[in-house]
Amino acid sequence: MSATAPTKPPVRRRSAVDQSAAWRPLDRIGLAFCWFLGLFACALAAAIIIYLLVQGVRYLRLDMLFESPLGGVSEKDTGGLKDPILGTVLVAGLATVIALPTGVLMGIWLSEFGKPTALARAVESAVEATAGVPSIVLALFGVIIFSQPWAGFASREMAGGIIYGRSFIAAGSMLSIVALPLIIGSTREGLQSIPAHVREAAWAVGKTKWATIRRVLLPVVRPQIVTGTMLGLGRVIGDTAIIVLLLGATLRLEPGGGGGAIAETLRGTGSTLTSFVYIFAPTGDGNQPEKAYAAAAILLLMVLALNAVVEIVARRARRNSWNG
Amino acid sequence: MAQAPPIAGELLIERPPRWNDRRVGLTLGALVCALFALLAAIFAVVLVKAWPSFANNGLAWFGPGGSIDSQIEAIYTSGDLQLEPVWTFHAWPIIWSTILIVGGSVLLSLVVSLFTAVFIVEFAPGWMRAALAPVMRFLASVPSVIYGLLGVVVLVPFINDHVITQSARDSVSYVITLTGYSLLAGILILTVMIAPLMTAMFADGLRSVPKGWIEGALALGINRWRTTWKIGVRTARPAIVAGTVLASARGIGEAVMLAMVSGSIGFAPNPFDGWVFFVEPSRPLAPTIIKNADQMTSPQMTSTLFAIAAVLLLSAAMFSLAGWAAKQPMKKYGIRA
Repeated sequence: MSATAPTKPPVRRRSAVDQSAAWRPLDRIGLAFCWFLGLFACALAAAIIIYLLVQGVRYLRLDMLFESPLGGVSEKDTGGLKDPILGTVLVAGLATVIALPTGVLMGIWLSEFGKPTALARAVESAVEATAGVPSIVLALFGVIIFSQPWAGFASREMAGGIIYGRSFIAAGSMLSIVALPLIIGSTREGLQSIPAHVREAAWAVGKTKWATIRRVLLPVVRPQIVTGTMLGLGRVIGDTAIIVLLLGATLRLEPGGGGGAIAETLRGTGSTLTSFVYIFAPTGDGNQPEKAYAAAAILLLMVLALNAVVEIVARRARRNSWNG
Repeated sequence: MAQAPPIAGELLIERPPRWNDRRVGLTLGALVCALFALLAAIFAVVLVKAWPSFANNGLAWFGPGGSIDSQIEAIYTSGDLQLEPVWTFHAWPIIWSTILIVGGSVLLSLVVSLFTAVFIVEFAPGWMRAALAPVMRFLASVPSVIYGLLGVVVLVPFINDHVITQSARDSVSYVITLTGYSLLAGILILTVMIAPLMTAMFADGLRSVPKGWIEGALALGINRWRTTWKIGVRTARPAIVAGTVLASARGIGEAVMLAMVSGSIGFAPNPFDGWVFFVEPSRPLAPTIIKNADQMTSPQMTSTLFAIAAVLLLSAAMFSLAGWAAKQPMKKYGIRA
């Protein structure tokens, strides 16, 4: 009996390095180059993280997190990072509030409705084109749009009725355009990977298409939506061009007047960690590299946290995917 | 008058849902069409604002001539002080710088990404593969301002101290001072920024090559290296073209990092200077906008900045559409890339 049982194929594939013993020299050099690049990428990532964290630990003090920046000329009198951190959180929140619902709904339309087909194809290329608009162009566009007379709600009004056009609302809405394609893309990918029989089962028990989407499909694609949002957030908190042009380049949060405290802040100007690093880098106007290191370290920690969320969600999604 | 008591049968009849499918479809469709409106608005605003600068310079806008920094100065002053408007703008130095930096880093990262993608898909052992995925994602997500900061405090001083020799400094001292802020710094850091994007797209393409084709070649006794390059990479060509083109679009739009490391001088690096060419400073298109954005009080300057933005927007849009078109042949193998 046991003699006739089918023999299993060998489980372990021989590693490429073992196999390559019989290759021509040029092929082996190529493989070595591959290894070099792979190890180099890991070393580079490790070097960036270690370098910035070491510099951050050297120059970051706990009280800096609760102090506002000052316009001083030396490391001592440039104050802390409270306003840039708040600014980053505010901008990221605003952009998410705008981009998340819009992106998910657009993704749903692309995957579940998508009729007429010509329109769907056109929309797909429009999404690609939106993703391709450089953020510096979006920033200039935002400056013009938000200084129109009808956009007075969004920013401060200067002497002579000129709308300043730079505020958290302006920056947040332009940054939402940066995040939008990523959220659309991941929502659509997620929905398209759900097998058709899931939808058919829901329809068969009498659910409408919309109810199916809301109650059956959306809960399933939640990991993909989270991933897309985190990738979008990474772009948002890392963007500098839009912030430098559209947030007014004031180091502290300057309220924009009108309405309650929240509306004042949103209409006002400020800074984020990215613009703070840009200003305090040796090439910027502030030129306090120590401060720039501290802000960059915090920014890097935020990026690492977002990456970690993406990684965890991806792992969990792989475990309970449809394909087993 | 008392209301009629509900009839039992009526309770069972559900109200028709307020959001019926037709209405949802139309509402979402309208939302999606708003995306077209947004794109149209971006193009319209940028082109309309840019027109005066193009109209006053004609095709000379793209040509060489004069010092670009003093032209910018003159344009700004004329508008800010409301003098006789000055429009003269010859953008060749910043266009040339963009071509050199983006072209250089796309070429470099094409090689790097191709080998890395092949490594990840075919040759890396499991643990290496597991490590490289988050590493690549991390390298792609580091904010450009952090790359800029690292460039300024690490790479630029290194180039200044160890790459540029005194004789190199002397050889070009009559036109430009070499400080380490250079083409080389821009190209190297931009490569680190766009290579992960290209690698991800190349790897997707390589993974979607039908297994049978690879196995067929292996069964003929061709080694794995040759098989990968002759079958895998060739089949994934559309993904490689698409990835390269999309990465170029990203590189063209990169403003902040290049504003920090490229030297920010409106100088056109001269290839006839030999290798010194690579360590000469310059300033590409996008950084020019960010460096002069505080001068938008001058209408002429605003128009000039929008003209630069129009060039960026049109070339980036062209690249993204080309990338999208290049991806289409992959669908023929039933691959969504």
